[in-house]
Amino acid sequence: MPEQPYTTVIGLEVHVQLATQSKLFCRCSTQFGAEPNTQTCPVCTGLPGTLPVMNAHAFELSLQTAIALNCDIPGFTKWDRKQYYYPDLPKGYQISQFDLPMSDDGYLEIADPKDRFEPKRVRILRAHLEEDAGKSVHDEAAGKADSEIDLNRTGTPLLEIVSEPDMRSSLEARAFLQELKLLLTYIGVSDCNMQEGSLRVDANVNLHLEKDSEKVATPIVEIKNMNSFRAVERAIDYEAKRQYDEWQETGRRLGESPKQTRGWDDAAGVTRGQRSKEESSDYRYFPDPDLMPVTTTAEQVEAVRAALPELPAGLRQRLGDDYSLGHYDADVLVNQGRPVVDYYLTAADASGDPKLTCNWVTQEVLRELKDKEITIEQFGVSAERLAGLVKGIDSGAIPGPRGREVFTTMLADDCDAQEATSKLGIEQVDESELVALCQKLVDANPKIVADVKAGKQQAVGALIGQAKAQNPNVDPGRVREICLELAQQS
Amino acid sequence: MSLLDRSACQLLADLKAGEISSVELTQASLDRIEAADEKVGAFLQQSGRAALAAAEQIDVRRAAGEQLGILAGLPVAVKDVLCDSTTTTTCASKMLANFRPPYDSTVVAKLRSADAVLVGRTNMDEFAMGGSTENSAVQLTRNPWDLQRAPGGSSGGAAACVAAGMVPLSIGTDTGGSIRQPAGLCGVVGMKPTYGRVSRYGLVAFASSLDQVGPLARTAEDVALLLEAIAGHDPRDSTSLEEATPAYSQSVSKPLENMRIGVVKEQFATGLNSEVETAVRDAIAVYESLGATVKEVELPHSKYGVAAYYVIAPSEASSNLARYDGAHYGHRTDQAEMMAELEAERKQLSESGDQRGLDNLDTPLIRMYRRSRAEGFGPEVKRRIMLGTYALSAGYYDAYYLKALKVRRLIRQDYDKAFEDVDLIAGPVTASPAFKLGEMVDDPLAMYLVDLYTVSANLAGLPGLSMPCGFSEAGLPIGLQLQAPPLKEQRLLKAAHMYQQTTDWHTRRPPET
Ligand SMILES: [Zn+2]
Repeated sequence: MPEQPYTTVIGLEVHVQLATQSKLFCRCSTQFGAEPNTQTCPVCTGLPGTLPVMNAHAFELSLQTAIALNCDIPGFTKWDRKQYYYPDLPKGYQISQFDLPMSDDGYLEIADPKDRFEPKRVRILRAHLEEDAGKSVHDEAAGKADSEIDLNRTGTPLLEIVSEPDMRSSLEARAFLQELKLLLTYIGVSDCNMQEGSLRVDANVNLHLEKDSEKVATPIVEIKNMNSFRAVERAIDYEAKRQYDEWQETGRRLGESPKQTRGWDDAAGVTRGQRSKEESSDYRYFPDPDLMPVTTTAEQVEAVRAALPELPAGLRQRLGDDYSLGHYDADVLVNQGRPVVDYYLTAADASGDPKLTCNWVTQEVLRELKDKEITIEQFGVSAERLAGLVKGIDSGAIPGPRGREVFTTMLADDCDAQEATSKLGIEQVDESELVALCQKLVDANPKIVADVKAGKQQAVGALIGQAKAQNPNVDPGRVREICLELAQQS
Repeated sequence: MSLLDRSACQLLADLKAGEISSVELTQASLDRIEAADEKVGAFLQQSGRAALAAAEQIDVRRAAGEQLGILAGLPVAVKDVLCDSTTTTTCASKMLANFRPPYDSTVVAKLRSADAVLVGRTNMDEFAMGGSTENSAVQLTRNPWDLQRAPGGSSGGAAACVAAGMVPLSIGTDTGGSIRQPAGLCGVVGMKPTYGRVSRYGLVAFASSLDQVGPLARTAEDVALLLEAIAGHDPRDSTSLEEATPAYSQSVSKPLENMRIGVVKEQFATGLNSEVETAVRDAIAVYESLGATVKEVELPHSKYGVAAYYVIAPSEASSNLARYDGAHYGHRTDQAEMMAELEAERKQLSESGDQRGLDNLDTPLIRMYRRSRAEGFGPEVKRRIMLGTYALSAGYYDAYYLKALKVRRLIRQDYDKAFEDVDLIAGPVTASPAFKLGEMVDDPLAMYLVDLYTVSANLAGLPGLSMPCGFSEAGLPIGLQLQAPPLKEQRLLKAAHMYQQTTDWHTRRPPET
């Protein structure tokens, strides 16, 4: 990558929809895709007199996440009203957390197995719970026609995770998001579906550069409306270049213009300035008098921590330490999600050869999953059977080069490695038989022998071909070794 | 003698004994409303036919020997601020003139399951903001003791309908004195329970941390009965207390022994009407004659109560009332008129070349909000929304809202300390008897000071009761306020009952209606 004259500084705000059955302050379902306004009740539509009651499960899920993000969990947290007017906000305020969030001061470690950036800790400023707003459906075609409001989403629990501005490239930002998503998926607190809005990302971006050996920062821009990780990456790259151009043109520094919000236009590949909502938004936060503060004891935190599943970072470590896998292999497995890792662990434990098992899983098994668009649970070769294949190869019962044939047969005929081997007529070739065969070939090919003796070892390849033609079960590597030896001796 | 001269407890006994039927009683109540409410104006709405049908059902069930609720067959009036899915809930506001809630408030549901007969919805200051019921956008309510005078507020209709003998029982709400003050001015008993004792679910919020639903009736026994029916933990209200409900109607008649009554010196200082002072001191003397010892206590921060209250209550109100924006329900401005107005403004601005004005012109949405709220809310509601919005704004929050919360804590601490030495605190409810209608409408600040003796109990979250303890020379009732530590409603009720056993103020009836 060419050296740029600036450093891109990125902080991310991620809204995660928690996987609860019901909303944060009422019992309505959070299911995606229902008919508009069918998942509403007097509470989430903000009817007069209604009161919120906290969904304890949502708080539990946010605790799990915050603890997995290495956050501090204060003993006391409260709810605040964030006040603004919009038709998709039926109460005229959003119940959120302002100055005493349920967690703060954590971190997430990110690494790039391809070594494009140094592994680093991205600090988490805070994570807090809040309720989602509804959806405004604007009928653009009808010009000024009425907007319609769908309140199904109103009150859905969101965990807002705010990072410190610790990322220095779009690649790091993407790695952060991928690792975060992986973590959330491992804990099972969210389905992280960006298309359905269960994971929403805003990025705060500015540049650090030097002018006359003075360190200078450009004004911070918040980018919204990015609907995929790829979009986040592209938007940050675009924005960095745009800010650099703007800086060269205006020389404007941080603090010299208000924070700007820009929307990402994915089709056009540009960010566009959005009309700033009410110049200075004063949300008039104050503690929600309808809700009691939530207290959390150290014992509760410890209990949640103890009950957390193994997290991606720890799992990668274990695959390295206990299964001797390299960073890259461990990363590939872990990134596939826990079920694939479990499949691998079962197979590796049963085969006793973690490295070879890893090769089979990351190459053949994952290719099958991808080609057939199925999950590991739907895959036809069980971990135990895959272990049988690996063991067969290790013992020599299955010649390495024929492993794939065996695998394909196992898959096609739904059988174990032994059965596939016999179906394919694969037998182990006795060593003396093999030597006899090689001797015969050497004797019959004096020209090749002469070439070998003259130093052209590759000439022996022809003999391997002939050996395979006579007995498909021979191990080509072994044939090569024996033939070379016999040729030298003759 | 009318059926309605009897107390609720007496009527309940008569109903149980089969001496009267609920239909008879309900009809008597409806007849009385018909005869007197034209003058008093306590009711915004009566549910005559539905009430009679409910009464009939109860009579049938009673005849069949079914187990009935503790209010079985008794007519009850409900302040028009508690949601009832069978009718409109207007809060005496244009904003909610046609609002029909799709659900019942917990209190209304509890009344129904206690087999009360809900006869109608009573008038109030708009959204419970006020102390005279004159802020109702619908009608005036008059004090049955003097129709030229205000019944107090905001539960003016709730107090007046009991005073005028239209119903034996009524439900009000109290945010800064809105039950106790009208009860005092109308000569009935009213109680604000401990914050959290009665569910707020379905009570249209004014100031959530202060609002509390409570009973009004003519005797302490009746108030005890009604409180027993509506109190209790509600999982739908996170601020509701997880406390068992005592059998108030059973315990009310057990006298208190070795009662220690606290008196706050400042409450008898300048500003207190001499007739009120005499009546209140006499009432305290009655307690002494019943064996109570009287002790002076200090509530040094109470003098800041009204100031703190008028920061906290409007702050919460400004937020609670944000939902009335015309978008989802309630009053919405006329769209055609609004668009025409916007268009006219746009035209004028562009003709005068005022680009800035054009840039700042409201979007239709913003204009819809502005107009709907401007049309739907009355002046006092707007005043409080503005006060609260200001107090919560960036830069002012610490100086107003946070400081008010500190005062609130100090007031509570004062009470905790005072109640180490006394069981109850006795004093006036208001500085004077009922004032004339219209007397204070142009002086909102004077109106705010009407809450002087009552707001502290709301700020501290503790229970308070008001009951008649005498009459002015002009024949207007004077109220005595009793306050107790949190959850000590029983103590208040017992003390009030003891007083009513030895005095007869509560048996007097207004002359005019
Ligand atoms: Zn709901």
